[in-house]
Amino acid sequence: MMYSGAEIIVKMLEQQGVGIVTGIPGGANLPLYDALAQSSITHVLARHEQGAGFIAQGIARSTGRAAVCLATSGPGATNLITAIADAKMDSVPLIAITGQVSSDLIGSDAFQEVDMYGLTVPISKHNYLVGSVEDLLDILPEAFEIAESGRPGPVVIDVPKDIQIKTINIEEWPRLREKNKGGKPDDIKITQAADLINRSQRPLLYIGGGIVNSQAHHVVRKLAYKSSIPVVSTLMGLGCFPTDDPLFLGMLGMHGSRYTNYIVNKADLLIALGVRFDDRATGSINKFCPGASVIHVDIDPSEIDKIKSSNVSVTGDARAILERLLPRIHQRQRLEWEHYIAGLKRRFPFQMPGKNDLFHPINIIQRLGNLADADAIITTDVGQHQMWVAQSYPFKAPRTLLTSGSLGTMGFGLPAAIGAALVNPGKRVLCFSGDGSLLMNIQELATLADWQLDITIILFNNGHLGLVRQQQELFYGRNYIASKFQTNPDFAGIARHFGIRGYNLEDDKESIFLLHQSISQPGPCLVNVPVDYAANVYPMVPPGKAIYEMIGGEGHE
Amino acid sequence: MNSPECQVIKLTVRNHPGVMYHITGLFSRRSFNLEGILCSRVGDGTNSQIYLLVRSDAYLEQVVKQLNKLHDVLEVSLMENCDQTVFTMIPELVKMQ
Repeated sequence: MMYSGAEIIVKMLEQQGVGIVTGIPGGANLPLYDALAQSSITHVLARHEQGAGFIAQGIARSTGRAAVCLATSGPGATNLITAIADAKMDSVPLIAITGQVSSDLIGSDAFQEVDMYGLTVPISKHNYLVGSVEDLLDILPEAFEIAESGRPGPVVIDVPKDIQIKTINIEEWPRLREKNKGGKPDDIKITQAADLINRSQRPLLYIGGGIVNSQAHHVVRKLAYKSSIPVVSTLMGLGCFPTDDPLFLGMLGMHGSRYTNYIVNKADLLIALGVRFDDRATGSINKFCPGASVIHVDIDPSEIDKIKSSNVSVTGDARAILERLLPRIHQRQRLEWEHYIAGLKRRFPFQMPGKNDLFHPINIIQRLGNLADADAIITTDVGQHQMWVAQSYPFKAPRTLLTSGSLGTMGFGLPAAIGAALVNPGKRVLCFSGDGSLLMNIQELATLADWQLDITIILFNNGHLGLVRQQQELFYGRNYIASKFQTNPDFAGIARHFGIRGYNLEDDKESIFLLHQSISQPGPCLVNVPVDYAANVYPMVPPGKAIYEMIGGEGHE
Repeated sequence: MNSPECQVIKLTVRNHPGVMYHITGLFSRRSFNLEGILCSRVGDGTNSQIYLLVRSDAYLEQVVKQLNKLHDVLEVSLMENCDQTVFTMIPELVKMQ
């Protein structure tokens, strides 16, 4: 039977089990859209390609499967760039299929031509400029395999328009490719790691996004309990260990609690699982855990010894490795270490805002955390609200926090929430945002109105770029520039005009009822929460300092 | 004429116009050093061989690991004790034409 390139792409997406794609049509991808019309795949029309990229990320991050976004050539393609770079930095499996001008026009500076292949070399896991219709039969399955295998990441497929149109005869479709889980882990190294753990006095589990990707959270918990090892998490690892578990010490790093960062510094063995010693987690690397031996488990060999050298390293899938490690770990208690930790927790607890400070974001976040179902999915934007969520939301399961960790993209939260809600019907999605971040992709309120998804946007509105203002206060001698907005729109009104319920939280008894309503009534809504612009995120590790050199968060000021 | 501070990395890569960009892009964005490049196709032209002259510094292990991650790079090997003269003779090779 004869198939066009566009039909081949759609057919192979169906074969991969793709149920939803998101994007925006334009001149150079119209053949693809034409074929999509005949398909069972649902198309979600975004209002900006960056929105489409983050909707796809919301699907991918909440399911672990590769998700697909589409854009036309030129500006459509460049608008995807931020979402692709974001997926690379946070290891998210994303397939971006972009239209390109026809092969014979490439290199002629044609209308809406941009070198998408060249642009995405540094920000994708792999990329293709498709050279022939036949090549699509190899490229599509390979793209999914690359995106989902090992350390996941984004793959870009740039398809010239003539290749979308040209037809070829296909008798037999290529078979699906297996996802590569990484080779068999090194048994000798696992024994060495077990030996280090068994001999250590003050071990600490330091877990990250790799635990989410390998679904290793259950075995991490068994390991922690068997050998009485406390756990700290990076931003990307939150949810893998229940927040209320006595062994859980919270997030480490730049905005970690005082006790958490002090404890990290005292460990004699750091068991680093699916983490990459990011500067936001470690602070000054030379002063990070100076007295600790390091076991490093990661699926990406290039992360081993990249930032911090390890005593024992095991490359491979964290779950497979930990399942082999667990039987070699002695059951034991660590009373001295537990006692020391309990002491630090008492002396340097996380400072909660006063209970009467009803609108302090931490109080709102915790109240919603208690009201929401345990399987609710949280997305955030980037800034102070993101760190307050990381510090205080009671996460209980992996893939319940979707946040732009490494690239730190403002504008991530709303489209990511849309993507998560599309593939998680029945679960409430809470998008915590700020007034600076929300405006960066506010057009996606229209997409949200189209689909009437169960999304609650909690907008912490301080009229500022809050984390910028905070840094100007702390590190730039209160020389405030460009961090205060001269005008601030009526966000509840904006939501209503997009066709979404919009509320303003007023300082009264009704507010608790309103919050409850915002997450229990079906369909989308936005709650505008006025926030004191002077509220800062504490503690904070100043740039270039060790994580135990925090400012703020010592006690009630 | 071998410089002890330099080593040669031999790569077997898929031969297509974008592959060189993947490799040089990796060196520039990770600020690795790159002193010389030689490239030629092998056999039927499906694959190419690339020889990179690099400094033997602390980053070399990371360079090799990162090159291994590139999908179009099929094989990476660090050549010990190879003759690097060819990298300095390229102008003469061209002159002979």
